[in-house]
Amino acid sequence: MTTVLRLENIHKSFGETTVLSGISLDVAHGEVVALIGASGSGKSTLLRCVNLLEQIDDGQIWLSGDDISDPRVNPDAIRQRIGVVFQQFNLFPHLSVQKNITLSLTHVFGMSKTDATARATELLERVGLAEKALWYPDRLSGGQQQRVALARAIACHPEVLLLDEITSALDPELVGEVLELVRSLKEDGTTIVMATHEMAFARDVADRVFFLDKGLIAESGPAHEVFENPRDGRTKAFLQRFRGPEI
Amino acid sequence: MSGHEARRPSSIELERRAFRKSQSAKSVAISFVSTLVFALVLWFFVVNTPGWELVQRSFFNLEVMAGAWPRVIEGLWLNIRVLLFAAVGVLILALLIATLRTLRGPVFFPVRALAAGYTDLFRGMPLIIVLYIVGFGVPGLGALPRMPLEFWGTIALILTYSAYVAEVFRAGIESVHPSQRLAARSLGLGYGKTLRLVVLPQAIRKVTPALMNDFIAMQKDVGLISVLGAVDAVRAAQIETAQAFNFTPYVLAGLLFVLLALPMIRLTDWYSARLRTREQAGSVV
Repeated sequence: MTTVLRLENIHKSFGETTVLSGISLDVAHGEVVALIGASGSGKSTLLRCVNLLEQIDDGQIWLSGDDISDPRVNPDAIRQRIGVVFQQFNLFPHLSVQKNITLSLTHVFGMSKTDATARATELLERVGLAEKALWYPDRLSGGQQQRVALARAIACHPEVLLLDEITSALDPELVGEVLELVRSLKEDGTTIVMATHEMAFARDVADRVFFLDKGLIAESGPAHEVFENPRDGRTKAFLQRFRGPEI
Repeated sequence: MSGHEARRPSSIELERRAFRKSQSAKSVAISFVSTLVFALVLWFFVVNTPGWELVQRSFFNLEVMAGAWPRVIEGLWLNIRVLLFAAVGVLILALLIATLRTLRGPVFFPVRALAAGYTDLFRGMPLIIVLYIVGFGVPGLGALPRMPLEFWGTIALILTYSAYVAEVFRAGIESVHPSQRLAARSLGLGYGKTLRLVVLPQAIRKVTPALMNDFIAMQKDVGLISVLGAVDAVRAAQIETAQAFNFTPYVLAGLLFVLLALPMIRLTDWYSARLRTREQAGSVV
């Protein structure tokens, strides 16, 4: 299997606060990796570093063999190869659902308007929102908005899809539709790195799980192993809080 | 690299830092040199124009400038006094009008209409015409005690600028999310207290850069009170120009106005930058 994403010894601090202190991990093509851990453990920062939204203090990041942490690379060109979905959807409120998807296709990838619209229609059918193409994001539910955000992120066939707690801002009854979509993206062979608080989903869908604590990977392994038999004391304590004491 | 263990950066990271440093040094050098070249080209062009000698003598004559200095400075002091009174007056009147315009319900329709009519009228009317009407027309009524010309100039400035500033305030009030009013009313605060304690503080914070911008605009429009005959910096420069047969006093007055505006301009930049960093933490994009 080919490695799509490789992180080696990533360090990142904000002023006096150290957020990542030496993270290394590999993601293979078609693999789904879940990052779990308490709030502030560095999951989101790690994803932002991969997308070059934050400059790392040390270490190296490779995307399909290219060192993207090299200051000589053009960050825009790298970001075109990575799809990102944020916790707060971040759809553009002044554009229709369809235009949200076609924006980068026409303005970054130079697709013709007709082709981009066709691609948007195809994607919206894929996420079950074909009839909402001309709606504006504000009129959609949170779950629908997040499905549009996913469609927007995969429109250009990114090499890896980064999901940053994409269900954390949703009402509980809307979480399911978004997770279902992520599951089907996995079945299509999409490479995904997701930071998540949905433990059941991570256990179900992720191939491997990384438990982050204080900027380090405290434990990692196949999802069922980390969840059934956590070896590290911190992982145990963390999972305990999710399951409740009675289990 | 804080805290207990001082970590040594890897050789790769050190190389990256060196590269970034040389890149930024290169950018600084390029922008410095290009600015210098542009300034020099401009300077040589102006100096080599056929009329430069004449223009230099009649616009940049140091002797005339020194001679005009006392009178122009005295005039500027009048501008500053008018400016301070006008600024305070504008803030009060504009806030009042903005509040009136945002009142809800049919009862307040006449008040709203009046406030809207006011802003329409004074934003549309050229300041110089307002100055003539207020400065010569109102005293002409003979119903009011005699006041100095600069008093009427100040009134005209307040009337005109309040219309602009009221609209800025109104935009600020309407930009505060309705959920904030909802939260305040749910705590039992009345309409007025909601406005005063919750909505206005947020609104004013949002529009402060725009307000400062209007203040800078007013700072130089204060010079227009000279049309009434008040001896401010512009009028003083006009008198000196007529006596010396030389335009340098105007240049002097212009430079003084720029100097007057500079602190406010820098303050606005600084405040906007601070607002930006406070409200959008993080991210290098």
